[in-house]
Amino acid sequence: MPWTRRHLLTIEELSLAEIDQIHATAAAFKKILGRNVKKVPALRGKTIVNLFLEPSTRTRMAFDMAAKRLSADVISLDGASSSTTKGETLRDTAQNIQALNADLIVLRHAASGSPLYLSRILNIPVVNAGDGAHEHPTQGLLDTFTMRERLGDLRGRKVTILGDILFSRVARSNIHALTKMGAAVTLCGPSTLVPGWFTDLGVTVSHDLKSALADAEVVMLLRIQHERQSAGHFPSLGEYTSMFGLNKTRASWLHPKAIIMHPGPINRGVEIDSDLADGERSVILEQVTNGIAVRMAVLYLCFGGQPESVAVVD
Amino acid sequence: MPALWIQKARIIDPANRRDAVGDLFIEGGRVVASLSTAARKRARKIDARGLVACPGLVDIHVHFREPGQTHKETIATGSRAAAAGGFTTVVCMPNTSPPADNAGTIQFIKDAAQRDAVVKVLPTGCITVGMKGQALAPIGSLRRAGVVAITDDGDCVQSNELMRRALEYARMFDLPVMDHCQDASMTQGAVMNEGVVSTRLGLRGWPNAAEDLIVSRNAILSEYSGAHVHMQHISSRFSVEILRHAKSRGVRVTAEATPHHLALTDDLLSTYDTHLKMNPPLRTEADRQALIAGLRDGTIDCIATDHAPHTDYEKDKEFDFAPNGILGLETALPVSLEVLFRKNRFSLSRVVDLLTRRPADVLRLPAGRLTPGVPADVCLFDPDEKWRYDARAGQSKSSNSPWHGQTLRGRVRLTLVDGKVVHEAPASA
Repeated sequence: MPWTRRHLLTIEELSLAEIDQIHATAAAFKKILGRNVKKVPALRGKTIVNLFLEPSTRTRMAFDMAAKRLSADVISLDGASSSTTKGETLRDTAQNIQALNADLIVLRHAASGSPLYLSRILNIPVVNAGDGAHEHPTQGLLDTFTMRERLGDLRGRKVTILGDILFSRVARSNIHALTKMGAAVTLCGPSTLVPGWFTDLGVTVSHDLKSALADAEVVMLLRIQHERQSAGHFPSLGEYTSMFGLNKTRASWLHPKAIIMHPGPINRGVEIDSDLADGERSVILEQVTNGIAVRMAVLYLCFGGQPESVAVVD
Repeated sequence: MPALWIQKARIIDPANRRDAVGDLFIEGGRVVASLSTAARKRARKIDARGLVACPGLVDIHVHFREPGQTHKETIATGSRAAAAGGFTTVVCMPNTSPPADNAGTIQFIKDAAQRDAVVKVLPTGCITVGMKGQALAPIGSLRRAGVVAITDDGDCVQSNELMRRALEYARMFDLPVMDHCQDASMTQGAVMNEGVVSTRLGLRGWPNAAEDLIVSRNAILSEYSGAHVHMQHISSRFSVEILRHAKSRGVRVTAEATPHHLALTDDLLSTYDTHLKMNPPLRTEADRQALIAGLRDGTIDCIATDHAPHTDYEKDKEFDFAPNGILGLETALPVSLEVLFRKNRFSLSRVVDLLTRRPADVLRLPAGRLTPGVPADVCLFDPDEKWRYDARAGQSKSSNSPWHGQTLRGRVRLTLVDGKVVHEAPASA
C-alpha cells in the first residue's frame, strides 16, 4: 500500500497500517543513523520551516536534526522572534512562510487543532509537532516505536500512562497509537487530571496506583504541566509525589521486564525518582534518539517518499 | 398607503387561538377585521395560498454591535437580517462599545433604530456599570430612557450579593432581569462543552455545572426578591430541571433556548470549525433532548437566537482564539421548523408561538399577535420551500453561520412592519 498522506496532523486519523509504515521507514533510517556518514540526500533542495510558537527543546532539535540528516534546508522560527508578537495571525505568518518558498511546515502551537487549520489554508504539507492538549503525533510514534523495539508485538501488553493526562497531548497520541496496536492501556493519576471521559477512547482509567502498575510492561510518566493548569487540580507537588510519584518500591509492582518511559522534560523527584530515570529499565534517552529516525520517516513520507524505497535513498 | 389583502393564507395566531385558512386585512398600518368594499378594490392583494401568515417573529436576544463594533453589524444591517428572517421586533443586548450602561447610550441606540432600522429594535441596559459586575448601573435612568430589560449578557454577574440587590432594585420598576448564566470561575479559558469530545480534542471544557449553579442561584434569588429573572440561552439538561422545579413553585423565572442549541451538539466540533464556537457552547445529545422537552412542556418559554455577528477575519483563527457567537436571525425559522415541527412533532402553531407571542410575553412587549387593531407586524412564510442559505449573500454584515451553504426548509416570503413591506423574498425557483 503506498503512502498517500501529505500532512501528519494526528495519530487518531492514522490506520494501523500507516503506523506500521512509519515505523518500518523509521527503522530503515535508524540504520543510517548508526553509520559513519549519517546523511542521505533524500530531501536535498527542500526547505523545511520549524514554526515553534510554544517552547520546545527535544522536539525542535529532533526535527532539526531529522531534516538535516535528510539534506533538507531548515529554518527555525519561534514565538518570541516571530511577528505573532506584533499581532500577526497564524494564517498570515504561515502564508508568508509559504510565499518564501518553504516546502513543509512543522508546527508547534498552544492551540489545539491549529495544524488542521493550517493544513486547510496552505498548499504545502503540515506536520504537527504538538498542538495544545490535543496531539503530539511524532511523540506517540517514537514512543510506540521504542516499545516495539523493546517488547515486540504490543497486542495484549499492558501499558500504563501515569501523571497529568488531562493536559497531555503526548498521552492522547499514545492512547490512539497503542489502542490501534492492540495494547491494553491504563491511565493513572489524580482524578482531577485523569477524568473518566478518557474511557471513551478505549482505555482503562484508574486512580489506584498499585493496580495500575501491577504487571504493566511499560510505564510512561508524564510531567505535571504547570503552564496549562489554572489552579487547584491537586494540592501540591509534594502530595502528588507522595501519591503518584514513581519510586523504587512502586516500580517493583511492575512486570519484571518493564521499561520506564518519559517524553521529557523530566521533573526529577516529582513524577519520577531520580535514580529510576537513570536506571537500567529507563529508555528515556532511547526515546530521544528514536525521535530522530521517526521524524526522518515522517518528513520523508510527507514529501511523497515511499516506505519501500528508503533502502535506496542514498 | 393602500390596504393589504392577504388571501387564503393559513393564518396562525396562537394568542388568538387561530389556525385556519383565511384572509388577513391590513389598513393604516394595522391589522383590521375586514376591509370596506371600496378599500378592497384598491387593496394590494397577495395570493398566499400554501403560505403561513403569522405575527412577525420576536427575538429577545440579538447583538447589533452598535455603537462601537459596527464592522461586525449595525442596527441597519442587523434589522434587515431580522426582516429577512421574518422578525419584526428584536431586543438588542447592551454589550456594545461602550456598553449600554447609561441613558445617553440608550438614546443613541434608539436614535439609530429610529433612523436606520426596518424592524422594531428595542434596547436593553446593563445591570452593572461597564458590565464589570462591581456596581449597579443607573437602572432607573435606563428604564426611563426606554430599556425593556437589564442584562450583563456575556458577563454574568458573579457576586450573589450584587445580583440580589440588582433584582430587588429592578423589582421596584418591575423590570425583567435577563441573565447569561455562567459561573466564570469554572470556565476560565473554556472554549467548548466539557466532556468526552473536549477530552478527545484537547480543548478546554465549559462544564454544565457552571450554568446549573447560576440558574439555581437566580431561581433562589428570584424567589427571595420577587423579581422576574429571565435565563438566557439555556443549554444544560440539569438547568431545565432546575427551571421546571422553580416554575412548579411559582417562582418568576422564564427561559429561552437558541435554535443552535436545539439543532446541534458538541460532537460536530471534530473539525475545530469556529462557526460552531459560541457561549454557552454546544452540548450533548442528552442536553439537546432536554431542551426540546423543556420547550414542549413550557419549562422553556421561547426561542431566541443570540444573533452574534463577527467578521470572517475575526472567526478565521485557531479555535482557542476565535470569538464566541454565530448569526441566527436569517436561519431561526427554518432551523426551528426542522428540529421541532419535522423531527419532534411540535405543531406548526406551537413553533410559531415559541417565536412570536411567547418571547413577547416574556418581556411583556406589545407584539406577537394579530388581534385587530394592533400594528400590522406580519410574517408570511412557506413552511415547505427548500432554499440554499448563502450567509455571504445574507442581509447581516457578517456571515458567521454554521448553516452557510446548506439547504434549509421553510422560507420567509414577506415581512411587514406596521403594514409596510420590509422584506420580500425573490420568487422561488
